[in-house]
Amino acid sequence: MKDHLGRPLVAVTGIGLVSPLGWGLEKNWAALLAGTSGITRIRRFATDHLKTTMAGTVDLPEEVAGAEPVPAPVRVERMAAAAIAEALAKAGMKEGAFDGPLMLGMPPVEMEWPQRVALARRAGGNGHAALSVASIGQRDLYETFLYGGVGERLALRFGTKGAPIAITTACATGASAIQLGVEAIQRGEAKSVIALGTDGSVQPEAVIRFSLLSALSSRNEDPTKASRPFEKSRDGFVMSEGAAALILEDFEHARARGATIIGLVRGCGERADNFHRTRSNPDGSSIIGAMKNALADAGLQPGDIGYVNAHGTSTPENDKMEALGLRAVFGEAPPPISSNKSMIGHTLSAAGAIEAAFSLLTLRDQILPPTINHVEPDPTLGLDVVPNEARRVSGLRHVLSNSFGFGGQNVCLVLSAAP
Amino acid sequence: MTRRDVVITGIGLVSSLGEGPDAHWAALNNGAKPVVDAASFAPFPVHPLPALSLDAQIPKKGDQRQMEPWQRLGTYAAGLAIDHAGARGLVSDMHLVVAAGGGERDVAVDEAVTAALTSAAPGASGPLLNEKLATELRPTLFLAQLSNLLAGNISIVHGVTGSSRTLMGEEEAAADAIRIAAARLAEGRGEIALVGGAFASQRWDMVLLYAPGGVLWQGDYAPISARGDAGGLMLGAMAAFLVLETTEHAQARGAKALARIGGIASDAAHQRAGGGSAAAATALWQGMAGSSAGLGVISGMTGVAEARVEEEAFLATLGSVPLRRSGSVLGHGVEASFPANVALAALALSQNGFYPKMDPADAGDGAVERILVTGFGQWRGEALALLEKAP
Repeated sequence: MKDHLGRPLVAVTGIGLVSPLGWGLEKNWAALLAGTSGITRIRRFATDHLKTTMAGTVDLPEEVAGAEPVPAPVRVERMAAAAIAEALAKAGMKEGAFDGPLMLGMPPVEMEWPQRVALARRAGGNGHAALSVASIGQRDLYETFLYGGVGERLALRFGTKGAPIAITTACATGASAIQLGVEAIQRGEAKSVIALGTDGSVQPEAVIRFSLLSALSSRNEDPTKASRPFEKSRDGFVMSEGAAALILEDFEHARARGATIIGLVRGCGERADNFHRTRSNPDGSSIIGAMKNALADAGLQPGDIGYVNAHGTSTPENDKMEALGLRAVFGEAPPPISSNKSMIGHTLSAAGAIEAAFSLLTLRDQILPPTINHVEPDPTLGLDVVPNEARRVSGLRHVLSNSFGFGGQNVCLVLSAAP
Repeated sequence: MTRRDVVITGIGLVSSLGEGPDAHWAALNNGAKPVVDAASFAPFPVHPLPALSLDAQIPKKGDQRQMEPWQRLGTYAAGLAIDHAGARGLVSDMHLVVAAGGGERDVAVDEAVTAALTSAAPGASGPLLNEKLATELRPTLFLAQLSNLLAGNISIVHGVTGSSRTLMGEEEAAADAIRIAAARLAEGRGEIALVGGAFASQRWDMVLLYAPGGVLWQGDYAPISARGDAGGLMLGAMAAFLVLETTEHAQARGAKALARIGGIASDAAHQRAGGGSAAAATALWQGMAGSSAGLGVISGMTGVAEARVEEEAFLATLGSVPLRRSGSVLGHGVEASFPANVALAALALSQNGFYPKMDPADAGDGAVERILVTGFGQWRGEALALLEKAP
């Protein structure tokens, strides 16, 4: 079965997901529909002197049992592996010999303070020359922090084909990874692809850096109330962690093997912004362009979209620009739009994949997840944000999922019900 | 889906030898000696960055201040490529794929904080770290640290907004960046793309990333073939961006094609030693239906021993073809190396020539009709690109 441009249709046959709401897709979905917040006080490290002391975190079993926190690449990889394993099981595929490539959306990683301090102690000095010489031969450091490390280990474990592709487009990363996978199937390079987004960056330096950019909410008193996308008193995003993996398949390939088709990735659109490093162009042109490109790629009109899974970060700027963009594309009565980030926070490199996964379940179950913490609407936005409670719908066929990144990298996906 | 031919119409190239294709062609043909700084990062020698007239490509000082050397270098080279292709008027629909490494850290702050933490009382280091970082980190540096902000800066400074993707994964990321950018043009997703990477060698944070692997050459400069059984790579400042275009698009606007992309393929053998990596490359070469007739090779050999042994095994299967190890002159530029070698290949084909020896072990001379670029990553990844004379 081909799409309107004669390309193979791209089906989703398996999904796996990890977030602060738990390990596993259905558990997350139930919590999301119940309007549960996964945001808590940060317990992973000392929060003295921090302006923001809450986040969404995913702790590994050994950390829960009392072990020292792992560095980001280890957390990123473990969550990714769990999500992939769940997605493969759902797709009815065995682990270890996946017949297609790995498209891995992940954050940049680097040596962190515990490793640096350990090296300094070993070196008996604090200079980079001393640390570098003392580090020679510590292959575990090298292989952990090389950018290719996470992808290499996941590719080895799951037996994916070809070179693993790791991509970063800031907050659009997860959507970019899916787009890479969709394109590989459309061009006939692969019949199946593992596409995922994963992020585990809640560590002191990352929290401080986002704080210094004035990007984070500092509503620390009640963490569950801090993420308030589209609400009048929103004051920033809440950092979070998680992973989602999608098994993408050529529709015919999936049908021929009798796989259950959860939904389709019908179109992808992107547009880069050249206005500012952290802000959209005030005319919204690039986010509007990304949405329109996704619709055109899907062969759909704005009126075909029944629901928008928002980027909805809860920063004053993003939500204002997203509302503006939505009006430009959909006119004065845009479809309902809600933000999963009100419950799970901003999972950064994972967000695009997690939100695509939730969009597919929205289509499957015909129910819109809410935007929680919606106390006072922002009158300048005028959107139906599915406030506070999930909403049953019928006849929903197409969902637009938005991802807009720092650095001006914007990606929108159109997810559709199985034909 | 029809497949369209993709050609290279612009090269932005900076290395320790200078900037621009003409300067590189002249330097390499005149037996340029490697430029080496063995002292500043001792015991690890590096090939340093040349002086750049940044204002020519990044006219706003405010933009320059938002970047550290790596992003400035990449943004600069990207601009050179756009100019070389005469494509300034095409940037709004130009697609961008960047291969990026880690952004710059503030080395002085890192050393000061490390000193404070190593002498902190047990239990005090957490709060102390927060206090130090919250007061000493420069907010704008975060943006210089994000890997995708090289692409972001290219969009801002040069107006490239068709799309923007940043791949990570050292050498392999750059080969896949070119592969994906070319594949998208070939299948009709756009007409013109900018792709490449940059590497600033004079950075302690990069030295500290690679040193633990035991892959950095120590002491004085030596060409790759003289680095013995242990081997090692010398970091080289480098940036290379390529403007890729469909043949029709280039012809329609009268742009000169420097070379045609005949094929590009990548893999990543998990078990490299003992022939795994060589076998992966051989399969890629067979998949490209490659032949040794009229072939020249520009090798991206890093100097790391395991990769070198595997690459030599692969190269032996090609027979006696002219072979040049550019890393012996330019050093190794990680994400920038593969694009730089593709640029050198396109340059040679456009000049109807090839290069003199770059390493004492380089062999072979003669007419070269097509050039194979190899990229065996320092740890993982095998990539090949086949460049042909432009139609």
